[in-house]
Amino acid sequence: MKSDLFLQVGMLARRSVVRTLRQPAMVVPSIVFPLMLLSINSSGLDSTTQIPGFPTNSYFEFALAIAFVQGALFSANSAGTNVANDIESGFLNRLSLTPLRRIALMMGQLSGILALGLIQALTFLGVGVLFGAGIEAGVAGAAVIVLLSLTISLAFGCIGAFVALRTGTGEAVQGVFPLFFAALFLSSMALPRDLIEIGWFQTVATYNPVSYMLEGIRSLVITGWDGEALALGFACAGGLALVALAAASSALRTRMVRT
Amino acid sequence: MSRGFWAVARGVAWRNIHNFFTNPAMVIPALLFPLFFFIAFAGGLSRVDSIPGFDYAAGYTTFVYGFVLLQASMFGGIFTGFSVARDFESGFSRRLMLAASHRGGIVAGYWLSALVRALFTVALITVVALVAGLDLGGGAVDLLGLYTLAVLLNAAAMLFATGVAMRLRTMQAGPAMQMPMFLLLFLAPVWVPYDLLTGWVHAAASFNPITLVLESIRGFLEGDPTKVLPAFGVALLLVAVTVLWARGGLRSAERVA
Repeated sequence: MKSDLFLQVGMLARRSVVRTLRQPAMVVPSIVFPLMLLSINSSGLDSTTQIPGFPTNSYFEFALAIAFVQGALFSANSAGTNVANDIESGFLNRLSLTPLRRIALMMGQLSGILALGLIQALTFLGVGVLFGAGIEAGVAGAAVIVLLSLTISLAFGCIGAFVALRTGTGEAVQGVFPLFFAALFLSSMALPRDLIEIGWFQTVATYNPVSYMLEGIRSLVITGWDGEALALGFACAGGLALVALAAASSALRTRMVRT
Repeated sequence: MSRGFWAVARGVAWRNIHNFFTNPAMVIPALLFPLFFFIAFAGGLSRVDSIPGFDYAAGYTTFVYGFVLLQASMFGGIFTGFSVARDFESGFSRRLMLAASHRGGIVAGYWLSALVRALFTVALITVVALVAGLDLGGGAVDLLGLYTLAVLLNAAAMLFATGVAMRLRTMQAGPAMQMPMFLLLFLAPVWVPYDLLTGWVHAAASFNPITLVLESIRGFLEGDPTKVLPAFGVALLLVAVTVLWARGGLRSAERVA
């Protein structure tokens, strides 16, 4: 029974990984866009490091974390689009006629996103180090950055899959994409929370889980080992992943019943 | 211009404007992106005005509004290019080419719809900006100069995107329309004045024609017009070049149709 599950997960995971990586239109922008924005913003906003209380004298180090979260947002889009394609093409209907277990389907679908997330995280980390970002927490810290980045990718990937399963269309997934960006923009993306001057913006950024995901990665790059920032980062990313996974599983159950 | 030209332009414009306002998938991204940029950066980066060397008297909200106004105008044009590509994919444009008595009117119609889209977005962003503390220091003449520049850049972006769409005739041409405009916009002094830029973006901004336009827009907003003639010169030159580009695109589409 257990070996059946592993076999099912393995087959679907392979399909999901191959399908994701075979689509340059999905992989390339999810890496190039965050790097381009990192390059432009770190050069354009470097003078903000002169604001008293700014935690580092390099905006590049500060902004590096944004690339990881932005990459994860693209993962949500990819995951959602892939699931929606399966629904629209009838693949999910055909799968529902087989003895495939739902958990295998869900885990298999998300494997492609994790593979994309890993490529993104290693690329962003490599570019960061190449262009002078010192990872204060060292090699172990770099590994934790990759782990946190994968958790964030999983969280947003599950949200994308949930939207696709609930609506059944790729158009709806694309429609939700700007909302993910809103979550990133309304966070401590551009400045540390304590340096945000506008009261309502600071409040929104404080309640926004994306702020803590950014701050978790940022702490390892700039400060070193900061237990609180890491705990909050993993709690927000992991918590969001669990809630979104439960929602996506429920949506999958409903869709399989309808099928 | 012949009556046929305007009849075609009116018909194409009406269809596109109607499609835009009745399709949430078109309206929402057109509104949300500039709005997010404005809120995120005017709110999140407001402390930037305390950086030594930041000498824009009207404040950071007004500084960011200048950029977002330009972004909304230019992307209003680019999104219209997407509509042109969609019309080619669906086969509508081929039928339109056969039916139109004056094909130049097709491009003029798309331009009118781009203008309406941009005006709608700019109006909404201006209201939000005024609520958020936009300080309009300029008088009526400054505002006329400001919005004329925005309209010229909207036309240039739309003509560029239409030229691309008419040559490639597929929605997959989206990045080819978007990316050059995105680079032109973001390689200008977006978040801080030109003198505070560092590194390669500083060098790129000095060659970027949009830098002149953006600085002029901010001058109008502040009530202290600056680099007006060079900015209008650049804007008119961009329109002239993109008119030729779009005309070439129309000829290419005519050959296929």
